[in-house]
Amino acid sequence: MNADPYQALVMERSRKPLFARRPHGTDAEGEGRNRMCGDAVHVFLARAGMHVGHESEGCAILLASADLMAEAVAGKSRDEVFELQRDFLAMVKTGQEKPALGALNALAGLASFPARQRCATLPWDALSEALNNG
Amino acid sequence: MSDVLHDLNVESLRKEFPILSQNVHGRPLVFLDSAASAQKPRTVIDSMRFVMESQYANVHRGLHYMSEKTSDAYEAVRDKVAGFLNAASRDEIVFTRNGTESINLVAYTYGRTALKPGDAVAVSAMEHHANLVPWQMLRDAHGTELRIVEITDSGEIDFESLERVFADGKVKLLAVTHMSNVLGSYTPVERLAAFAHERGARILIDGCQAIVHRKVDVQAMGADFYVFSGHKLYGPTGIGVLYGRAELLEAMPPFLGGGDMIEHVSFEKSRWAKPPHRFEAGTPAIIETIGLGAAIDFVNEIGFPAIAAHERALTEHALSVLGNIEGLRILGQAQDRGGVVSFTMRDVHAHDIATLLDRQGIAVRAGQHCAEPLMGRMGVTSTARASFALYTLPREIDALAEGLLRIQRMFA
Repeated sequence: MNADPYQALVMERSRKPLFARRPHGTDAEGEGRNRMCGDAVHVFLARAGMHVGHESEGCAILLASADLMAEAVAGKSRDEVFELQRDFLAMVKTGQEKPALGALNALAGLASFPARQRCATLPWDALSEALNNG
Repeated sequence: MSDVLHDLNVESLRKEFPILSQNVHGRPLVFLDSAASAQKPRTVIDSMRFVMESQYANVHRGLHYMSEKTSDAYEAVRDKVAGFLNAASRDEIVFTRNGTESINLVAYTYGRTALKPGDAVAVSAMEHHANLVPWQMLRDAHGTELRIVEITDSGEIDFESLERVFADGKVKLLAVTHMSNVLGSYTPVERLAAFAHERGARILIDGCQAIVHRKVDVQAMGADFYVFSGHKLYGPTGIGVLYGRAELLEAMPPFLGGGDMIEHVSFEKSRWAKPPHRFEAGTPAIIETIGLGAAIDFVNEIGFPAIAAHERALTEHALSVLGNIEGLRILGQAQDRGGVVSFTMRDVHAHDIATLLDRQGIAVRAGQHCAEPLMGRMGVTSTARASFALYTLPREIDALAEGLLRIQRMFA
């Protein structure tokens, strides 16, 4: 487990997100808000092909997590996304990386920062909402 | 800074605070979050241990030795707090759980009896949620109105707005902070009290921040109610104070019902005890109250002139070194301000600042600071906040500035 949640990939994707947009064919949306700090993430979902985009306002962890999530779920089925979410939540809590999580493993260092785990899980809540709204 | 250290020997004072010698993430702890809760001197810790080890029983109940000793020690703190605030009488001091509970007590009892539906309560735009939400709850339950007194861009009370808020004569209570927990601004409480009184209104002052930094004289400032928490004043958690002028407390019904707040009880009805016991139902926080007494002794021994001079110098130092960091914005520029500095840094979120400082052993607060509406007023979603205490060293502020520069390089 890498103890640093601010890895190069996290810094890069927080500064230059690749999925900060509304995908073509968006047919569901979800929102996550952190009352503690005012951070917010809005997730756009095009269910056909599981194309996800986001509009995020917040810290580096939130921005990177939203962007890496959008990348990780692309093309997956609804069930696969929920499975990935379960694996991600477990990884953030325990710090145990998992090959299936791919680039999302960059956030494993959050296990040592319980107060910041919410920043990483908020986009997933928003995506769940979008999937359940759809 | 040498003249300041001459007034207050901070290095030796720090030895009184056992926690300050801790390491965090392998670095010496730099604790810059005292406005959220201050660290505790050994004398407070020892006083609480002493009660539990040698002199403890319930208060106001037993006719035995231990209960009498404990009751005396508990009630002696009431005298101490009365002296600390220069209250006219010890009966004007009510013990609560914290400042929040003190305000809720006033909102619930004074608010529902002295205020009538249609009357208005005014608060400032820089209140902690503790001095906003109880008045919203009163509004919803009792039909009072809630009005907001604007602040200026520098973070001071806008007296033109105050005039407008009071213009129709409906405001019967002004509830205002003595020092903003976000901007560090002091409010001119004497002037605000005179303003309210001239218009037939009362004033409640939230002193949770100010009580730590300057001498409070409730009579001189004209406070009708003054509240504070023990834990910010180097005392324990779980003990707060409500000062209320005697005639106001006399007229107020109880907040909570139970033991210790009654004079006579039958199955049909009860007769309330006189203040302050009317407002202290159930077994109080005996040990914490005694801890608060020790904290007041500790602060009194050092004295507010030395504390205030030290903190003024620290604040000036902080404003100067932080002000030199490019892209760093300090919120509020009040003329009269204390040792609380909130800031944002370009391209770095407050939470990232706090986490990355923490890894260098530096504790600051980040977020909305229980003042969400104020964040909107200042045009930010969250800030980082460094706050100082009598044990803070100038070199800790330098460490903060160095830490911030390091973070800035990382995000560049």
